[in-house]
Amino acid sequence: MFGKLTLDAIPYHEPIVMVTLAAVLLGGLAMLAALTKFRLWGYLWKEWFTSVDHKKIGIMYIIVALVMLLRGFADALMMRLQQATAAADSAGYLPPHHFDQVFTAHGVIMIFFVAMPLITGLMNLVVPLQIGARDVAYPFLNSLSFWLFLSGVFLVMVSLFVGDFAATGWLAYPPLSGLDYSPTVGVDYYIWALQLSGLGTTLSGINFIVTIMKMRTPGMTLMKMPVFTWTALVTNILIVAAFPILTVTLALLTADRYLGMHFFTNDLGGNAMMYVNLIWIWGHPEVYILVLPCFGAYSEIVATFSKKPLFGYKSMVYATSAIGVLSFLVWLHHFFTMGSGANVNAFFGIMTMIISVPTGAKLFNWLFTMYRGRVEMTVPMLWTIGFMVTFVVGGVTGVLMAVPGADFVLHNSVFLIAHFHNVIIGGVVFGCLAAINYWFPKAFGFRLNEAWGKASFWCWLVGFYVAFVPLYILGLKGMTRRMNHYANPDWQPYLIVAAIGAAIIAAGIFCILVQFYVSVRDRKKLTDPSGDPWGGRTLEWSISSPAPFYNFATLPQVRELDQFWEDKQNGVAYVQPAKYEDIHMPRNTGVGVVMGAFGTVLGFALVWHIWWMAAIGLLGMIASFIVRAYDRDVDYWVPAAEVERIERSRHAQLKQFQTTQVAPVAAPQRQKVA
Amino acid sequence: MSAHPSSHDAAHHDAAHGSTKSYLIGFVLSVVLTLASFGVVMSGKVPHELMMPGIIVFGVAQLIVQLVYFLHMGTSPSQRGNLAIMLFTLLILAIVVVGSLWVLHNMNVNMMHPTSQMVPVE
Repeated sequence: MFGKLTLDAIPYHEPIVMVTLAAVLLGGLAMLAALTKFRLWGYLWKEWFTSVDHKKIGIMYIIVALVMLLRGFADALMMRLQQATAAADSAGYLPPHHFDQVFTAHGVIMIFFVAMPLITGLMNLVVPLQIGARDVAYPFLNSLSFWLFLSGVFLVMVSLFVGDFAATGWLAYPPLSGLDYSPTVGVDYYIWALQLSGLGTTLSGINFIVTIMKMRTPGMTLMKMPVFTWTALVTNILIVAAFPILTVTLALLTADRYLGMHFFTNDLGGNAMMYVNLIWIWGHPEVYILVLPCFGAYSEIVATFSKKPLFGYKSMVYATSAIGVLSFLVWLHHFFTMGSGANVNAFFGIMTMIISVPTGAKLFNWLFTMYRGRVEMTVPMLWTIGFMVTFVVGGVTGVLMAVPGADFVLHNSVFLIAHFHNVIIGGVVFGCLAAINYWFPKAFGFRLNEAWGKASFWCWLVGFYVAFVPLYILGLKGMTRRMNHYANPDWQPYLIVAAIGAAIIAAGIFCILVQFYVSVRDRKKLTDPSGDPWGGRTLEWSISSPAPFYNFATLPQVRELDQFWEDKQNGVAYVQPAKYEDIHMPRNTGVGVVMGAFGTVLGFALVWHIWWMAAIGLLGMIASFIVRAYDRDVDYWVPAAEVERIERSRHAQLKQFQTTQVAPVAAPQRQKVA
Repeated sequence: MSAHPSSHDAAHHDAAHGSTKSYLIGFVLSVVLTLASFGVVMSGKVPHELMMPGIIVFGVAQLIVQLVYFLHMGTSPSQRGNLAIMLFTLLILAIVVVGSLWVLHNMNVNMMHPTSQMVPVE
């Protein structure tokens, strides 16, 4: 009846898990009670869950990502604590099978359920606003993507309390992830969580390519698109090209585990090395999928807070596109040691060094943008400068490991761990936090508190170096990754320092939470009446904060890169049109939520081999989709009078704060940049 | 949902539809290429080692014919986007397939192959 699922699946004997479960249940119950008490269910359902508004979907992505950041970071703290204590005679407090699940969950959660939704959320929030569109191309699909992603999140969280999670490392290499060596449901949770959220990601990718290619405001040619939108375009092309490879690779692993096939087993003609090869053909583009939109965000921030146009816009675009193609040509550097010959290793080593060239070009562009600019040291700018310093260190260690000979020494050592945390924390996390601080006013209508933002920046920056420089050293000393226990007591002091670093980062995360709390509390004082709190350059700053649900009352005409900046210079930024027109908008729908719920049922049933339940989940998804396909009531018109009412109050507010005319900036003059 | 129809509806004109003539050319070419593929195997006049290459050549030729005449892929301005996406897809496919074959073949050559002494005796 319930497949492999019995009451024994709940790990009663693990006190750490049980205490967490109790905390989650109590916290969850308290939240449900509060939502019921304050009658928020209707509001949440109508305004958020069923919303197809790209801004709200983006905000929901980011909220889920920040919650999952806490989960993933708790895993990180547990590992640091274990490694700080488990030297020589001490065994630490985590048994090996638990430790293995913790480092697997940490990697999976941080990449798939923190970094990816942060990126997707930011693209949702910003891209349509930057290109002068009223929503994405397929608003329902966007909502569906989010709920599919959430069902992946749900499966990962359930795996903590029902059954176990994969203990294989975040990419689940066979033969370890095969049925022989991982007989429990851990790898199955991994597979179905990734398949569900991966489907959502692929659909988002298609959605954003179509949005950017087809829905730009009149006059915005490709070479007049803001850089963030450019990086989003390349990222989504990479998503559509790379994620199907992940889907197929995991499907083959599924066939091995569920259908007795032998794609990646050691017998009957299978080859586990093919899995490693395929998963990295997806895996390397994936890191550029994560970091490119962050490069875009840094570009916007640097230009805005240096009060200058971005240096080398065209070179930025070409560098981004070049990285997009080259990212498909370097995957083997993740397994130089697997046994390829010198020719193969040399080719991929050289390609890896080449891909650092466009990235280096970008860094010089940012530096030259700041050069002779009036740099304002705001929170987003601090994150950006912190990124530039940190990312260069990470890049240099990466190029070091791109030398196959050096990689034979450093492969799978904690030097590697330090390297990729260096680029992912320094590039992606810093970028997303910079972007959140930068675009927060556009989402909510008030700025984030500066003091707590700066405090969180300094904690993260210092904490990062304290946590990971010891790992660089330990890697050179020969410590390998994923160690539950080590015999060499010389390593322990470094690992204690690393644990202190993690605690400093924890303080940084705490500061972010306080920053949100304080900012919401002081939202009146931090309000952004103009819609342009930073003196922005791109279209999203020309509308009110928070953006009206239809984004643009009239579609802006674009003739220049940084059109809004030009308009402000010429004093024509906030001209009210003579008359407004009806606006065509998509209607909210709950089908995405329902399909996500059926998807969760499907995933859970497949994990536990409960076939009747899997049938319900799959048929439910298909049926809800058919129902949606026959629904003709999917859109509506906002009457011109309603638009005019909203815009009038917006312009009245603008006049009141006397920001209709932004004083033209005298120097530095706008430079024509090649 | 299309927010602003004026900006992109133009893309649907000219090359989006073929003429009767172009469809007929495509159809005749497809039939000829199909017959040629069968002919390679069934006529008995083609040497055995040329059969496989022959089928592949005619198959790929037919693929191109159908892309051009039925899916209207070409160099006209409205189709450039589609063409670029097609070429990028082919590039990625080539990288994935050729790259994987190269990498795994190379590893296979460098592997220590099991000898009779290494196979455990049951």
